[in-house]
Amino acid sequence: MTAQQAWPQQALAQQAWASASAIAEAVSSGKTSARTVVDDALARIVALNPTLNAFTTVTAERARARAAAIDAAPGDVKKGYSLAGVPFAVKNLFDVAGLATVAGSKINRSRAPAKADSPLIERLEAAGAVLVGALNMGEYAYDFTGENVHDGPSRNPHDPTRMTGGSSGGCGGAVGGGMVPLSLGSDTNGSIRVPSSLCGIFGLKPTYGRLTRARTFPFVASLDHLGPFARNVRDLALSYDAMQGPADDDAACVGRALEPALPQLARGHEGLRVAVAGGYFRKGASAEVLAALDTVGNALGVQDTVELPEAHRARAAAYVITATEGAELHLDRLRHQARDFDPAVRDRLIAGAMVPASLVVRAQKFRRWYYERVLALFQRYDAILAPATPCTAPKIGQQTFMLDGVEMPVRPNMGLYTQPISFIGLPVVAVPVPLKPLPIGVQIIAAPWREDVALRIAHALEQMGAVAAPTPAV
Amino acid sequence: MAADSLDDFIATAARTLGLALDPEWGPAVKGNLIVTLHHAATVAEFELPDEAEPAPVFRV
Repeated sequence: MTAQQAWPQQALAQQAWASASAIAEAVSSGKTSARTVVDDALARIVALNPTLNAFTTVTAERARARAAAIDAAPGDVKKGYSLAGVPFAVKNLFDVAGLATVAGSKINRSRAPAKADSPLIERLEAAGAVLVGALNMGEYAYDFTGENVHDGPSRNPHDPTRMTGGSSGGCGGAVGGGMVPLSLGSDTNGSIRVPSSLCGIFGLKPTYGRLTRARTFPFVASLDHLGPFARNVRDLALSYDAMQGPADDDAACVGRALEPALPQLARGHEGLRVAVAGGYFRKGASAEVLAALDTVGNALGVQDTVELPEAHRARAAAYVITATEGAELHLDRLRHQARDFDPAVRDRLIAGAMVPASLVVRAQKFRRWYYERVLALFQRYDAILAPATPCTAPKIGQQTFMLDGVEMPVRPNMGLYTQPISFIGLPVVAVPVPLKPLPIGVQIIAAPWREDVALRIAHALEQMGAVAAPTPAV
Repeated sequence: MAADSLDDFIATAARTLGLALDPEWGPAVKGNLIVTLHHAATVAEFELPDEAEPAPVFRV
């Protein structure tokens, strides 16, 4: 029997839903080859992308070469790869050597090809993972829908007539639809947590400054984070651990020592004090939001409710900082190439450029005030639960939804619950509650630098069956 | 800011910033500016001490 025959045929058929850790174990132990795994992923991308529109570029040749190199590595080297042969893809704002970093825009297509990969791609590939392509996103990441006027909308694997959420829409569709077990996205105001919620997968937004953002196209420097998506918590931790570490070329990256989360998962949630966010986070909440919070809260035996002070003002301040920092980033493009923007993005950015600076400084002062008040809550609690999105996936093209009895625009309001958290850089794991007919996410929020706490709780919930990435019929 | 004075403000700001504003974009820009200024007012009406430091602090 050859090594490849030893890989169970049933598993091959199910490989679309195989975990990254199972693939890595099979490749590093010689039960299958990286080339087989990568070819299978590439075939799924070809088959599913016309429906899901998750990928904007497929790096097939590069991926096959990388897989061949892994297969040719000596056995002891292969065994050292924690992500041996694991296919992954990145939001198309990550630099990929040889490709223009388009960041969901038309304008950036004329940029020179990137000379080198983003450090996070380099770190995943150093652990044996294989990049298979770049993913669709909302233009310049100013988006919560996953729609893109240039590349078409990312489509939700649970119902392709519905949004993935954004702006990391392709990340949600690719992982939720079984094209790859792992993807990397960015989160400025919720762009990892919103697609995780709508596509029914797990997402990790680490602490601000934990993972380097070097060689990625920015949006709002003081709010931008990068992080992974996966279909289980172990894979999130595995990839997160592989990406940690200092970096010289990101001023916000603090360069902390490695703090591996994977070894912590087995500790479960015993001894951790968890509360659920009330007030702003429950007022007018939909039935789905309350059901998801109850599922997670009951599984953990949560009894306490805690109020994040002035959360509505935190959201407002994040909105102002985003509009103005984003406008500053794009000001020259707004002067000279305004007609090449997505009109919805352009008009928000132009408005942002006109906001008086005094109001922006006030928002940044409020940010510190709010950070200190929320930090005080973590003296009493290790983690706080909050909804990830106000609803399950809306229809593609849907302009408004009902929120607390008021008709509100979808695009800026899907981040209602995520913005007050990323505003102060707290680490969050978004966990999927597999409600029918559509999943919805819950945020597990921890104190700064305690990604391990959020991941432990997420893992415990997964073990209890309270959260899971549902398999869509794609 | 009253609607008319906001129109004037947008026109002046666009000229000052060197932005060639197509009249067709005007209503959407104005709508977005109203929302953003509303959020800014929500923040600004919250009293902070004079000693309050902005979140990003430059350190050498």
